[in-house]
Amino acid sequence: MRYTPHTPADQERMLKTIGVASIDGLFEHVPKSLRERAKINLPDGLTELAVRQQLAALASQNATAGDWSLFLGGGVYRHFIPSAVDAMISRSEFSTSYTPYQPEVSQGTLQALFEYQTLICQLTGMEVSNAAVYDGASAAAEAVLMARRIQPTGRRRVLVSRALHPHYRAVIATYVKNLIDVRLEEIPFDGTGGTDIAALTERLDDQSMCVLVGYPNFFGIVEDLAPIKSACARAGAQLIAVTSEPLAFGLLKPPGEFAVDIAVGEGQSLGVPMNLGGPAFGFFACQKKFVRNIPGRLVGETVDSDGRRGFVLTLATREQHIRREKATSNICTSQTLCALAATVYLSLMGKSGMRRVAEVNVARAHEAKARLIEQAKLEPVFSGPFFNEFVLRGNDLNQVFTRSAKSKIVPGIRLEQWYPELTDCFLSCVTEMNERQEIDRLVRTIAG
Amino acid sequence: MSEPSQDRKSRRVTEPNLLFESSSPGRNSIVWPAEAGDAAALIPPALLRDDIAGFPELGELEVLRHFTRLSQRNFAIESQFYPLGSCTMKYNPKINEVVARFPGFAEIHPLAPPGMLQGALALLHGLEIMLAEISGMEYVSLQPSAGAQGELTGLMLIRAYLADRGNPRRKIIVPDTAHGTNPASSTLCGYEVIQISSNDHGVIDATAVARVTDEEVAAIMITNPNTLGLFESNIEAIAEVVHGKGGLVYLDGANLNALMGIAKPGHMGVDVLHMNLHKTFSTPHGGGGPGAGPVAVNGQLRDYLPVPRLVKQGDRFELLEDAPKSVGRVRSYFGNFGVLVRAYTYILSLGGDGLEQASRMALLNANYIRRRLEKSYQIAFDEPCMHECIFTDRIQHKNGVSTLDIAKRLLDYGYHPPTIYFPLVVSGALMIEPTETETPETLDGFVDAMLAIAREAKEEPELVQQAPHSTPVRRLDEARAARKPVLRWERGSSAADS
Amino acid sequence: MEFPQGLKYSKEHEWVLVDGNTATIGITEYAQEELGDIVYVELPDVGEKIVKDDPFGAVESVKAVSDVYAPVSGTVLEINDVLPDNPETINDDPYGDGWMIRVELSDKDDLKDLMDEEEYAEYVAQQKEEDDDEEDESDDEDEEEDEDK
Repeated sequence: MRYTPHTPADQERMLKTIGVASIDGLFEHVPKSLRERAKINLPDGLTELAVRQQLAALASQNATAGDWSLFLGGGVYRHFIPSAVDAMISRSEFSTSYTPYQPEVSQGTLQALFEYQTLICQLTGMEVSNAAVYDGASAAAEAVLMARRIQPTGRRRVLVSRALHPHYRAVIATYVKNLIDVRLEEIPFDGTGGTDIAALTERLDDQSMCVLVGYPNFFGIVEDLAPIKSACARAGAQLIAVTSEPLAFGLLKPPGEFAVDIAVGEGQSLGVPMNLGGPAFGFFACQKKFVRNIPGRLVGETVDSDGRRGFVLTLATREQHIRREKATSNICTSQTLCALAATVYLSLMGKSGMRRVAEVNVARAHEAKARLIEQAKLEPVFSGPFFNEFVLRGNDLNQVFTRSAKSKIVPGIRLEQWYPELTDCFLSCVTEMNERQEIDRLVRTIAG
Repeated sequence: MSEPSQDRKSRRVTEPNLLFESSSPGRNSIVWPAEAGDAAALIPPALLRDDIAGFPELGELEVLRHFTRLSQRNFAIESQFYPLGSCTMKYNPKINEVVARFPGFAEIHPLAPPGMLQGALALLHGLEIMLAEISGMEYVSLQPSAGAQGELTGLMLIRAYLADRGNPRRKIIVPDTAHGTNPASSTLCGYEVIQISSNDHGVIDATAVARVTDEEVAAIMITNPNTLGLFESNIEAIAEVVHGKGGLVYLDGANLNALMGIAKPGHMGVDVLHMNLHKTFSTPHGGGGPGAGPVAVNGQLRDYLPVPRLVKQGDRFELLEDAPKSVGRVRSYFGNFGVLVRAYTYILSLGGDGLEQASRMALLNANYIRRRLEKSYQIAFDEPCMHECIFTDRIQHKNGVSTLDIAKRLLDYGYHPPTIYFPLVVSGALMIEPTETETPETLDGFVDAMLAIAREAKEEPELVQQAPHSTPVRRLDEARAARKPVLRWERGSSAADS
Repeated sequence: MEFPQGLKYSKEHEWVLVDGNTATIGITEYAQEELGDIVYVELPDVGEKIVKDDPFGAVESVKAVSDVYAPVSGTVLEINDVLPDNPETINDDPYGDGWMIRVELSDKDDLKDLMDEEEYAEYVAQQKEEDDDEEDESDDEDEEEDEDK
């Protein structure tokens, strides 16, 4: 299976036009010492049928959410995706098209991205959104870089809540490590499961550049951003809200209403399958006054020479292909098709759908937590309000998880791997996809 | 009866509404039964929101029609030829799409115990081996989400390696033909960019490199073949110069489609490179992603590779999160897994022989177009080209027709234009990369269109200068979009207001 | 192209209007033409010090950004507040309404390095010739019209 349609007759005719005796002649200018070692030692190609069979065999060795009861969140969520979403992003006009540099023949992608930008603004309550970045983690890192562009050179301390997703904290550290002027500090969480405000206030000073908190955070806790924002404003630091479960915005007060400076997060919940954690997309929104510092692509509205409305990539002078080493970021290809999936998803969910599904998530998660405490004798760990994830503590968790696995259940994510202080704790997630009977089985299995 | 005016001939409404303009209060698509009880009461009132103002309220068919109509205003590989230089717009196989949607790949959670993900991990491990073999390098990380992130990762590896030896150094050498991501990534990594010029043959000289290489140069970033479609013939000598001063060689692998079976970067003195799976390895461009930009390194950089690392213990796969010398995490979870599945499927489908054939046919197609166009368009460099060729608009400029005009006129002929005005060292660059999945007939059609435009440029230049004439929208006012950016819809705004 | 008398000009295509110890600075007709439609102007703050030959701001068109270099050293007294909302003023009236900044000169000797309108006109003519030279080269080449089929 090659996908190269050239017959021997085709090749002969073309070589004749070119004026070369053989295909080899096209690259004989490449040093011989390289050519003679260039053979690719991989097995020969397979038929489509054979490929399908081999891949199906690999796929069958993975535990799927349909087959197992996975009460797993931690930044990737199993949500209902309406069939129409895949129908739209499977259209090759969307999936096989290139970045819309020729706007006259890319109005489909450009308008869809303009709609995406609008939907993100509406969802997050922010004034401006870009056309998506790689994922929530790099969005958080890019937000820090953006704060660095905006804040004066005396301000280079970054305060990150320990309750922010561990992967995101790690990626921020990686990006920031090479910028020798930036200092990264961690703010602890308290018994509510949210950022320790007293500790934060104490550490904020005139050298603070920005503060990052999860909303909801990694533990599923919904922190009140109002006092955090006040503390930041008093110190002149930017507040960056990071959300890995944006479905929560169907019910929760959005970051924009807390006047945060930058709101970022992971968009996987919005119509993208789990895909082992990628691809999905990172959303990135900010206040209008910062728009010239935002990374990534921006789509703007304009008119054509006949006065018709149209859309174009704009403010491109921020980007790598023009600004090169002075660019706001190095992003080129991002995650457009996934952002498009979210646009279709949000259009189908609409105002009422978003609220309804958010309510179902809250109701089921709270019910499951209450029953696990009451009937399965697990202990609550944090006192703060939560959306669809919660942390519980139990004895003998290894046994609990082994027992559950026999019933094809994974009760949650063990937390010791990132939080040694949270021994015997796990993070459990319940969404609209976990049926009542499933929760029954979970409770019964853990209760033993 | 006289001929009706253009207006009256077609009464079709062609301008699509925005979602929000089609909304109707109370209309919805998704119906989900309510749970018992008041969920909102479980959240403190200060943390609740009102309804999402302006959010769409549409029926399902309306939504489908909306996006279907939008898709029809797009251009795609499956509609027509897309000869964008350095983008490798080859066929995106459907089998890849089917496989990526298997529940065993789509409905798996990254934080499930690795014992439950052995099939996925085996696939990733297999892909690492494939990419190492294809590039001639030793170790691979599949983490980076795109080429640019691969570059940043590669530079971080270099920095970590040098820092480990006492001095991360300060400078990166970047050719003038480099893609903009190269200097941008260098800056993000805390390096200063030193630009060097290509010579009259369009390639970099070892002597030019030697002139700027000292013990503060961390690396040179080189693309091979370069963005002019030319093989960087001095690369081994250049590598020697840089290595001689303790620096490293980074290869931008965006043009790997020209090299399979012809030359391996690992044999060229390259220490680290990235590959673009959404170019060489057929994963769809998606209108701007998602892609993937894995990095490959030789042994000396292995310790610095990002985490998590895939490790084979017996016949099981494990994930290593802790590696003391690693540069750390560059993204969440394991990278763009869905894209990696597609690339793996592609490589399995083609095999070693198929990949070699792909490069051979890519070179054949590019050289064929070059030969047929070079009498009517000025070739930028009279050197053997590989998988892409570059022309300028110097001949057409005499009649006041520019590369931009030519590109826009191609739209009227139903072709997507080539890459234009890149690289910057060529004035009015027209970079054409046909890829191997195109038939000679398609190439002939494109060439005929280009030759017709060359004729038009001489005989009726205004026709070209005012193109496109037949696309859904004509040339768009980009200055207006940049001066007064309108980046979202708001209630009360309409095209008339702008 | 002709350039107004009474102004001084720099190699980076800025003009300077001197009035006592104050200098008004902008970019020339040639510069704005090369840039095309200007969409955004980056200006320094009032009170900032600018240093001769260093960039003090930038001018953006849709597809390019150009640094604007200080032709003289001094302290910024005034910036043209029309430009943030109407950057195209530079295209329409580069020497008048399109002025960019007004500075207090720190060293009048800086003016000696600048050109007058005749010297600048010559300099610009030379730049244009260099661009044309590249075009001329292609004249000598074979311009066969017959396409091979």
